[in-house]
Amino acid sequence: MSVRVGVVTFPGSLDDRDAARAVRIAGGQAVALWHGDDDLRNVDAVILPGGFSYGDYLRCGAIARFAPVMRSIIERASAGMPLLGICNGFQILCESQLLPGALTRNDSLHFICRDQRLRVENTSSAWTSGFMSGQEIVIPLKNGEGGYVADERTLDALEAEGRVVARYLEVNPNGSRRDIAGITNERGNVVGLMPHPEHAVEPLTGPTTDGTPFFTSVLKSLVSA
Amino acid sequence: MSIDTVAAAEVSPEQSQPFAELGLKPDEYQQIRDILHRRPTSSELAMYSVMWSEHCSYKSSKVHLRQFGEKAPKTDALLVGIGENAGVVDIGAGWAVTFKVESHNHPSYVEPYQGAATGIGGIVRDIMSMGARPLAVMDPLRFGPADAPDTARVLPGVVAGIGGYGNCLGLPNIGGEIVFDSAYLGNPLVNALCVGAMKHEDIHLASAKGVGNLVVLYGARTGGDGIGGVSVLASETFADGGPTKRPSVQVGDPFMEKLLIEATLEVLQAGLVEGIQDLGGAGISCATSELASNGEGGMHVWLDRVLLRDATLSPEEILMSESQERMCAIVCPDRLPEFMERCAKWEVEAVVIGEVNATGRLTVDWHGERIVDVPPRTVAHEGPVYERPFHRPAWLDALQADTPDHLERPVTGPELRQTLLAMVAAPNLASKSWVTSQYDRYVQGNTVLAQPEDAGMIRIDEATGLGVAIATDCNGRFAKLDPYAGAQLALAEAYRNVAASGATPLAVTNCLNFGSPEDPEVMWQFAEATRGLADGCLQLGTPVTGGNVSFYNQTGDTAILPTPVVGVLGVIADVAMRTSMAWHDEGDHIYLLGDTSAEFGGSEWANHVHGHLGGLPPRVDLDRERALAKVLVTGSTSGLLVAAHDVSDGGVAQVLVEMALRAGTGATVNVPAALEPFVFMFAESAGRAVVVVRPTEAGQLGALCERAGVPLTEIGVVTAGAELTFADLFTVPLGDLKREHERTLPELFG
Repeated sequence: MSVRVGVVTFPGSLDDRDAARAVRIAGGQAVALWHGDDDLRNVDAVILPGGFSYGDYLRCGAIARFAPVMRSIIERASAGMPLLGICNGFQILCESQLLPGALTRNDSLHFICRDQRLRVENTSSAWTSGFMSGQEIVIPLKNGEGGYVADERTLDALEAEGRVVARYLEVNPNGSRRDIAGITNERGNVVGLMPHPEHAVEPLTGPTTDGTPFFTSVLKSLVSA
Repeated sequence: MSIDTVAAAEVSPEQSQPFAELGLKPDEYQQIRDILHRRPTSSELAMYSVMWSEHCSYKSSKVHLRQFGEKAPKTDALLVGIGENAGVVDIGAGWAVTFKVESHNHPSYVEPYQGAATGIGGIVRDIMSMGARPLAVMDPLRFGPADAPDTARVLPGVVAGIGGYGNCLGLPNIGGEIVFDSAYLGNPLVNALCVGAMKHEDIHLASAKGVGNLVVLYGARTGGDGIGGVSVLASETFADGGPTKRPSVQVGDPFMEKLLIEATLEVLQAGLVEGIQDLGGAGISCATSELASNGEGGMHVWLDRVLLRDATLSPEEILMSESQERMCAIVCPDRLPEFMERCAKWEVEAVVIGEVNATGRLTVDWHGERIVDVPPRTVAHEGPVYERPFHRPAWLDALQADTPDHLERPVTGPELRQTLLAMVAAPNLASKSWVTSQYDRYVQGNTVLAQPEDAGMIRIDEATGLGVAIATDCNGRFAKLDPYAGAQLALAEAYRNVAASGATPLAVTNCLNFGSPEDPEVMWQFAEATRGLADGCLQLGTPVTGGNVSFYNQTGDTAILPTPVVGVLGVIADVAMRTSMAWHDEGDHIYLLGDTSAEFGGSEWANHVHGHLGGLPPRVDLDRERALAKVLVTGSTSGLLVAAHDVSDGGVAQVLVEMALRAGTGATVNVPAALEPFVFMFAESAGRAVVVVRPTEAGQLGALCERAGVPLTEIGVVTAGAELTFADLFTVPLGDLKREHERTLPELFG
């Protein structure tokens, strides 16, 4: 039986179809989850996709964090369920305090869409185990508020514990502290990522297929678990 | 407050009304009185004034636009033609595509961010109202000189508005144009194109069918934004203590639009809707009168049921409000509960405001009092039509006689090298990535080609790879030198761009941006451009499916360059066979298809290097364009072409630079013996493309071109090096070209 990966649709989610497609391409079964429904439909993992949930009103991710579905997700993630937040999903994870820090307005003050080079630095998380340590990849980045910030102590802790999942190379596109593109929690099951691996799973539509291992990693870890 | 009712109007024929302030001419006002056999109520006057405006009624352009129908080529591809919200084209396998381009020029000048943002919002709702899921947007833009202070005010706001709205809707922005010219200073052009797709059975039309069916208004609440001239009426109604004059530029809420898209697609797919119309210009007036006019002919509206953001709005203001993110649906009473449920799911407010009837009248009540009672066709479709006088401008002969032949040309290798570096940095030829990197091109995961490629291409059907490509083009300088040829050159370029991507051109949309129709010389430009475009579409076999006219783009007596922006849509059976502009492998052969001659009238070289505009534009040969497109499409879909790029602004030199920079690897180029190097590099002759093939397949390309009757010249070979070499003339490192090409916009706009 194939692994069931839930993809949540909030009002204003945009990359939910793309995330579902990436799950299918990786060999999993994508399951649509609705923000207003706390039933996780027996999924084995969850993706919070990119977009502008609630129009980014108030603060990115601040309203989505209170959606009924998030109660169940936070509960399951605390018990170890793999959970990936991409872009707006990363912002929701920070607002939910599943991950430390916050995402702030890009230092350029412009929305930026570019093919971004990254180095994968943590290959033990549920979503990155399929990469080689130090592997360089290129996947799309597109955000207006992607600057990762946290206090120095938190940043030092993330570094010391190897919880920086990926770092920007060549260009720091949004002013993120220490070039951080993604982080994970202590347990390694929750990952927040500002760039979009779901847009790099097909040679036809992405700059590369470097995004695929994020999705195959979680399927593999769940099958072997 | 006092409400002007039909009953009051009947007994007060002498009451003076502010028709002139609302933009109506005395004879138009009299025409309304003749239709109604009484004076209009203030609400009726408001409706007529806005529906009979140039923007809504096409009263100056109608007599010319008829040619698009009369000269339409025979085709089975057109499922819905001109006159609906957007044309619909059959692309096979049960799929239909709808696309349209519209202007939002004046609002974008007044308030760049919101003007551009709501331009996207409006065109997206047009596409939705055909029953289609919106799939992508593009923006053809024109600004004043790149270094003008006002451009620094307008451009960043326009770009941020397009990005801010489009990115939040989840629609990839896949192309468009950015052109700078002093003629657009004070009159920037912000056009917006949207493309959507649906299955044939999901096509919907804006008609109120079925007596007893309900008129549902849903989406954002109605506010006082975008009321414009109607505030004249409002201030009459509210002598004191009423609302102050509102800004006439609408304010957009892309989050609401995103919810509106999802809710609309759900109700359409569930079969809950009999007819549908978006609310854009002229708001509820337009939606109700058009729906009624296209349907059973009668409708009653309870205007006080409209959900308001501002409870102090007068009925006239509610009728005219251009508040964004609203739609109007015709729903069977027994499907209403489900309709309301689906809207509630997406947190979209909906309310029944009226009912379809067979009275032949559009009646509107306000708290029990009749304030509108009109035949809807007279509002929506039977407005005034003008045969504006036009004549060939007196200055045109002198302009055409001032050819670029006397301009000093570069001759030596160093001179040509210097000219090339200057040209690739010219604002019109420089990299536009400062702009396009502010747009999301990836969302939805179906973008196959996007800027800076010749055309934007999206996959429609994931199972089969069926997709469409779209390009928009127009060189306003060409159109100024000869509007007939200029419109055809715009058509030819967009057609060629689509073919270069590998898609077969199928249909045309347009956005005709001109100065004042009351100026006979501008009107002549318009008449010539529409005639040229209609003739061209007939010759190429690509029907016009719809479009938009924007007049009055002028300051004082100075009109913009005539700018008939043409959008061409093409279809490709499998997007995997598309061709990009990037070449790949060392040793691959580079060919120029088509003929080059010393055509510099209106060229970017004359414009950028000499500030010169004069002479004649390049010669148009649409039969040649058709043959070239055949080579490009066949070559692409058979896998023969490694890369292809249309030749237009900046000539072959610009094309080679763009292909090399896209690939990150250089080439050695040989100037054909018959051509002066300068002419080879910078002439802008039409009907040309640069293609790249593997050396083993050169013979196949030769045979294909011979069959099609397209001249073919080998001009070089791809190298592994990081420089572009023009043999016996000069070599330039790609790094230098890249630096020059990419620095212009960031330096100007930060």
